[in-house]
Amino acid sequence: MSELKPLKLSGLEPLVITPETNFINVGERTNVAGSKKFLRLIKEESFEEALSIARDQVEGGAQIIDINMDDGLIDGKEAMVKFLHLIASEPDIARVPIMIDSSKWDIIEAGLQCIQGKGVVNSISLKEGEEEFFHHAKKIKAYGAAVVVMAFDEVGQADTYQRRIEICERSYTILTEQIGFPAEDIIFDPNIFPVATGMEEHRKNAIDFFRATHWIKENLPGAKVSGGVSNISFSFRGNNAVREAMHSAFLYHGIQHGMDMGIVNPALLEVYDDIPKELLDKVEDVLLDRSDEATEVLIDYAETVKGSGKKRENDLSWREQEVEGRLTHALVKGIVDFIDADTEEVRVKYGSPLTVIEGPLMDGMNVVGDLFGSGKMFLPQVVKSARVMKKAVAYLLPYLEEEKAKNNSVTSAPKVLLATVKGDVHDIGKNIVGVVLACNNYEIIDMGVMVPTEKILDKAIEENVQAIGLSGLITPSLDEMVGVAREMEKRKMDLPLLIGGATTSRVHTAVKIDPCYAGSVVHVLDASKSVPVTGALISETQKESFHTKTKKEYEEVRTNHANRQKNKNYIPYNDAKLNKQVVDWEEHQPTVPSFIGNKTFNDYDLSEIRPYIDWTPFFSTWMLKGKYPAILEDKVVGVEATKLFEDANVLLDKIINNRLLTANAVVGIYPANALGDDVEIYSNNERDHELATFHFLRQQGKKGKGISNHSLADYVAPESKGVPDYMGGFAVTAGIGIEKLIEQYKAEHDDYNEIMVKALADRLAEAFAELMHEKVRKELWGYSKNEKLDNKELIKEQYAGIRPAPGYPACPDHTEKPILFGLLDAEEQTGIQLTESMAMYPAASVSGFYFSHPESKYFGLGKIEKDQVIDYAKRKGQSVAEIEKWLAPNLNYDI
Amino acid sequence: MLAYQERLRDWALRRLGNLPSLVVVPNPTYEPIGKDKSVVSNNSFWISLNLNAIDLSIRSILQEKILILDGAMGTMIQRHDLTEEDFRGERFKNHALPLKGNNDILSLTRPDIIKEIHALYFEAGADIAETNTFSGTTIAQEDYGLEDAVYDLNYESAKIAKEVAQEFTEKEPHKPRFVAGSLGPTNKTASMSPDVNDPGYRAITFQELVDAYTLQSKALLDGGADIFLVETIFDTLNAKAALFAINEVKESEGKDIPVMISGTITDASGRTLSGQTTEAFLISIRHSNPMSIGLNCALGAKELRQYLQVLDKKSDLFVSAHPNAGLPNEFGQYDETPEQMADQIKEFLEESLVNIVGGCCGTTPEHIQAIANLASQYQPRKIEQHVG
Repeated sequence: MSELKPLKLSGLEPLVITPETNFINVGERTNVAGSKKFLRLIKEESFEEALSIARDQVEGGAQIIDINMDDGLIDGKEAMVKFLHLIASEPDIARVPIMIDSSKWDIIEAGLQCIQGKGVVNSISLKEGEEEFFHHAKKIKAYGAAVVVMAFDEVGQADTYQRRIEICERSYTILTEQIGFPAEDIIFDPNIFPVATGMEEHRKNAIDFFRATHWIKENLPGAKVSGGVSNISFSFRGNNAVREAMHSAFLYHGIQHGMDMGIVNPALLEVYDDIPKELLDKVEDVLLDRSDEATEVLIDYAETVKGSGKKRENDLSWREQEVEGRLTHALVKGIVDFIDADTEEVRVKYGSPLTVIEGPLMDGMNVVGDLFGSGKMFLPQVVKSARVMKKAVAYLLPYLEEEKAKNNSVTSAPKVLLATVKGDVHDIGKNIVGVVLACNNYEIIDMGVMVPTEKILDKAIEENVQAIGLSGLITPSLDEMVGVAREMEKRKMDLPLLIGGATTSRVHTAVKIDPCYAGSVVHVLDASKSVPVTGALISETQKESFHTKTKKEYEEVRTNHANRQKNKNYIPYNDAKLNKQVVDWEEHQPTVPSFIGNKTFNDYDLSEIRPYIDWTPFFSTWMLKGKYPAILEDKVVGVEATKLFEDANVLLDKIINNRLLTANAVVGIYPANALGDDVEIYSNNERDHELATFHFLRQQGKKGKGISNHSLADYVAPESKGVPDYMGGFAVTAGIGIEKLIEQYKAEHDDYNEIMVKALADRLAEAFAELMHEKVRKELWGYSKNEKLDNKELIKEQYAGIRPAPGYPACPDHTEKPILFGLLDAEEQTGIQLTESMAMYPAASVSGFYFSHPESKYFGLGKIEKDQVIDYAKRKGQSVAEIEKWLAPNLNYDI
Repeated sequence: MLAYQERLRDWALRRLGNLPSLVVVPNPTYEPIGKDKSVVSNNSFWISLNLNAIDLSIRSILQEKILILDGAMGTMIQRHDLTEEDFRGERFKNHALPLKGNNDILSLTRPDIIKEIHALYFEAGADIAETNTFSGTTIAQEDYGLEDAVYDLNYESAKIAKEVAQEFTEKEPHKPRFVAGSLGPTNKTASMSPDVNDPGYRAITFQELVDAYTLQSKALLDGGADIFLVETIFDTLNAKAALFAINEVKESEGKDIPVMISGTITDASGRTLSGQTTEAFLISIRHSNPMSIGLNCALGAKELRQYLQVLDKKSDLFVSAHPNAGLPNEFGQYDETPEQMADQIKEFLEESLVNIVGGCCGTTPEHIQAIANLASQYQPRKIEQHVG
């Protein structure tokens, strides 16, 4: 056989695929169909964060990235173009070739017009006939891309060996002979279907794929073979040990048969040689269809191999070093066991406690800071290091006081004041910033949560701090921050002001906060950025230029923001109402709930809540990126994630066994009907007495064909239809009693467990909300009595109905919360209190609405126009100014 | 990304003389001619095998010897000290905007000068003359308000060059002369945002570029160009739009005109302005099946060599180079002498890196003569089968 040309692709850099390159790994997480998170980010237009997913993939080793925007609720073409434009600006991502993945030709073509490199189109097929196939392939050739061809024709998807090779051959002939498409640029996807499904006809799914692959390589010179590998193990969802083994065994055989590339989640891949022999045999029996009982044998066996923890041994050899080395080791590894003794030893050796802090302890912390800065240590480890440091400093404190009394000239580290603003109770992120800064030789004055402006500023002056950091999670906190900046200006202060927290953004900081204050104002994206920013703000040599640079940068952001707003397309509120989602009330008859009114569930058993925990956000709180459970096996953060997970479970055991936290909930279900964009709640089935009215907002962005302007009100039957419908509400908390725990950990200088307990309480509250929602669906309201979902499916929200929370994207108005709380009598029933900014205290609380209609979906409101605000204010009986204050982040105009 | 943007501005200032305006160009009123042919046929494949006469003759000559491309047009025009009136001529006497500096328009208003320059280069030994159309797109001409003159400008430029070429071919039949229709990069870029704070923004779309290049290539073809030269590519996506347009024009006219492609490595990073390495650039344009791939502008011969080595090694196409006369001095002028430049080019020839060589910014007939004399003593680069 003559030498075949390699498949050559390019981003900013080349990717040449030859028989020697073995297997090309295509990144799959920038795919809205495959990643719920990516879908959410695109829906919310959080393109920055969506980009970080692309970056993670490339850093994680993806050699091509697959981008897919096919979802009914997004304008796929617009999203594809925007995302590709943004990728083009990121050399770290753009260096690899792009795979433009869509079933819609207009999206593919729009994508092809955005990439300067040679990418891959995924995919075309004979599904719609030869003529369309011909035209699309010809265009792809003119644009200069390679193409994935699915084994799919007018009849359907190829599911046998014979059909696979027939369709591939026919496609190949058209491409090479009629169009002159370079054979090396053709990549066949001969369909990977699940095995071990129990269905007789699925037994040969893997082996047919292998045989077809081999046939293609033998008979269609130059063509490549690809496929989506995770499909194969579809029947073993939830059992990663088996799935990983299946994926790598499948790949092993696929590559043997000539498979060149594929879409694989690297986190779900075991090393072929590391698969236990017994498991491998059983997996291969299934893949290669080696026995009639293979499937049953594997299913039985699978039950016994649901992941087992790895053992760790205690190695104490580090104790043999000099004391300085031991301190560094203890700091880097976060070991507190010997810290008092070691600190005493080093204090005697150096004679002065301050020299100890500034010498060996800071040296150790510098190592920690460097490792963290270079991505070799992760947040949970750093927090443990800080715990060791704090313990050492606490041990030295009496000696320090003594030394201070002797001579007054003790120099100290620069001070930074941190506070969560008035009305807000969230502080995990702020605590993490405090720890990271403390690790870098700053003294932290942490004022806690719900701190009024006056107190923050008085304390800053009293303590003579060098910078102030403000934190907040809910939207009204943004306004509070503006107030702090104004007050600082009024007091003619010149301290730098750092802004952080989930709802804050660079744009908001630049547009709303920065202009109020002549001093430096800087938005800090996450804890790791706080160190360089604070450093630059305080440094004598850098602060001038940093100040000027930041002011100028924010000035540009403002100009840009002003220009950008005009570009967006919005439609009048009345038109948006006409384009409401048409929900079917003929076919769908609302289920009558088992009761009307409120039900309280106090002191709920935490061990029942525990299995409902969604762990993925827990890891992201700790700045570890990845999905649970795959994250535990992640190449980069897996080891730390596993440790963190074990620590979390130890603490969780303790909380549950000793009943350290109390979980309370109240749910209410009431007759309801929509009236315009309001929903009226009645006290009884006669619907003659109104208890409350909820007010909803409607999307006003211009939508593509067939896409509605959503409002939650669409999910409740309109009064005019005469259909008796219902709506529910809930408030749950898992944070009652948390203060005592926090105090205890504070006293022990144990930041690690302090953050841990808060993060766990948050998870429990979310899990509790999940549990109650299931209870509502299956019993209390009972509209999905036969639902059977495991926790993974619950997390994926594969159930009917939704539970959106006021203050979140679908209904961002926090002031609906008092109406909800009033209806549920929530403060009285659960002990959750609303602050003046409508934050719930304890922070580990969740509240929201229940909608039961099967077509109800989560969405983001986006921006709205003044016409809707005026109407909304009228409906709520509030002033326009008041509404604008609460909805500021959602306004498409400046107030 | 900031670095790219700064490089873009800096480079654009140097190369195009003014900062690209940030306004989106409206679609030109011109209807693209290369509309998708909806007949199912294997026409294009057939064409690519059945090369036309010009293509065959150039390709066969390229097997035998190194062809010489001409030198800078702008440098030669500057020697004439032209006034605003020269640029306007009779046709644009009352045009609302100043036209001085719009060299391309001279093909309409002072064709005598352009003809003379082509003749000087042919005289010096050039085999291929580039048309005076580097900025001849509706996009680049928008700054002068001359979008309506774009067809004429390209048509006349090709026609003038062709007349001079035919004169020389008749005089020296053993050395046929060719005309390469020059398609410049335009002053806008499709894969980068001109606004650092809005990286998702684009001042131009692919389709707008295709429309503009379709008009230009059609006019060049009608005027008699033998070759298309897509050159000074700083953004591969712009080039892909030009190649897309050329492909459509070739199909609709039923002619297979050979295409030369020449990219620009902007600085020592070894990448194009839009960030691609030389090899990635080559892969990205290979689908258009050009006659040659090469590099020009931004760098002198000395700096260009290492990137030509990449093309030599990785490409199964003929390789071209037309470097600047060194790097600009502190006044922005190119002061490498013909001898100095020839000395550098000698290294290309000794390593057998090129099939076509010429000059870009700052080069003159004297430079081309020195290069032509030298090149005649060397064998052209041989194309290896199965490269890469």
